[in-house]
Amino acid sequence: MARIVGAITSTHVPALGRAIAQNLQQDPYWKPFFDGFPPVHDWLREVKPDVAVVFYNDHGLNFFLDKMPTFAVGAADEYSNADEGWGIPTLPPFRGDSALSWHLINALVEQEFDLTTCQEMLVDHAFTLPLKLLWPDDEVCPVRTVPVCINTVQFPLPSASRCFKLGQAIGQAVGSWDEDQRVVIIGTGGLSHQLEGKRAGFTNKAFDREFMASLTRDPTWATRYSIEELVELTGTQGVELLMWLAARAALPGKVREVQSNYHIPISNTAAGLMVLENK
Amino acid sequence: MTDSKRRRDIPGTTIFDGEQARKGYALNKMCYSFNSAENRAEFLRDEEAYCRRFGLNEPQRAAIRQRNVLDLLAAGGNVYYLAKFAGIFGLDVQDIGAQQTGMSKDAFKAKLAAAGT
Repeated sequence: MARIVGAITSTHVPALGRAIAQNLQQDPYWKPFFDGFPPVHDWLREVKPDVAVVFYNDHGLNFFLDKMPTFAVGAADEYSNADEGWGIPTLPPFRGDSALSWHLINALVEQEFDLTTCQEMLVDHAFTLPLKLLWPDDEVCPVRTVPVCINTVQFPLPSASRCFKLGQAIGQAVGSWDEDQRVVIIGTGGLSHQLEGKRAGFTNKAFDREFMASLTRDPTWATRYSIEELVELTGTQGVELLMWLAARAALPGKVREVQSNYHIPISNTAAGLMVLENK
Repeated sequence: MTDSKRRRDIPGTTIFDGEQARKGYALNKMCYSFNSAENRAEFLRDEEAYCRRFGLNEPQRAAIRQRNVLDLLAAGGNVYYLAKFAGIFGLDVQDIGAQQTGMSKDAFKAKLAAAGT
């Protein structure tokens, strides 16, 4: 049977693509962010995942407003990155795992999640850059992947509680996959930030800290908030914490924190990183 | 009671809901096309013709002409697509943030950094 080795949650911002391409990891502006990762690299070498299920949100590369799925699951054997319009380098294609994709799709629909399934899917910086941060020395990402895209572009968004349940259902489905594979769950986005409007530049350190602590102590803590309350507390893009919640929910039972890092700002974003594993 | 009346009012924040998505469809569709380098070049060759092709209304065209992000949002623009428009001019999210808050880019960056201390 497949086994979940743990969950990694990380911020994604396009500017990271440039920082990586220009080797700015030790630059004073970027160092506090990149310094969070070496312990994660050590952990990954230890737990050796074969596959990653990645919760992320598309920013208008694969999906436009003509068709906007709430939950979309990739079902391909390969996913390509592409030009997003601002000239960050495109990363090589990522291997998929369509067997796991279909196992998840079958289990999720059985549990009344009405999904969009994608046999072709471009993946944007929210998917590609966190994977590059996790495996920086590999030209091609060494794990197979299953992208799970949650809409944060067009409201109404799925509630925090619904995203938590999606994560739980994915965790259970991975646990019932009849393959001897180690699976890591990844959630990318957040933490607090807002790009648009007169409130652009908003972050909320106190809330982010409490949210990060809640993932080990009281994982459903954030589900008490409505989406609009989360936007008010964390910013219009801070609501991407939904990916963190889904990733955390995929871990059954009690978890311990393996690594945690938090830094304001990278780009306009309060940047967070956590690694969680079951006790 | 309309949907918008039920909505929570968050200062300085536009929720991109169905109403905005309908209003901004043509504008966002044009900005979505800027994922392609060829389309970005074509926009730069003849901006007005490109806007016409996507059927932008007058407020949208004026906001594009003026590169005014708050006006683009008011005209139904979504920030994820607008970011691709800004990318044509090499503007990043801090340039956009500075413009929307009426600050210099340095002041905006200093404000971001101050929130972390």
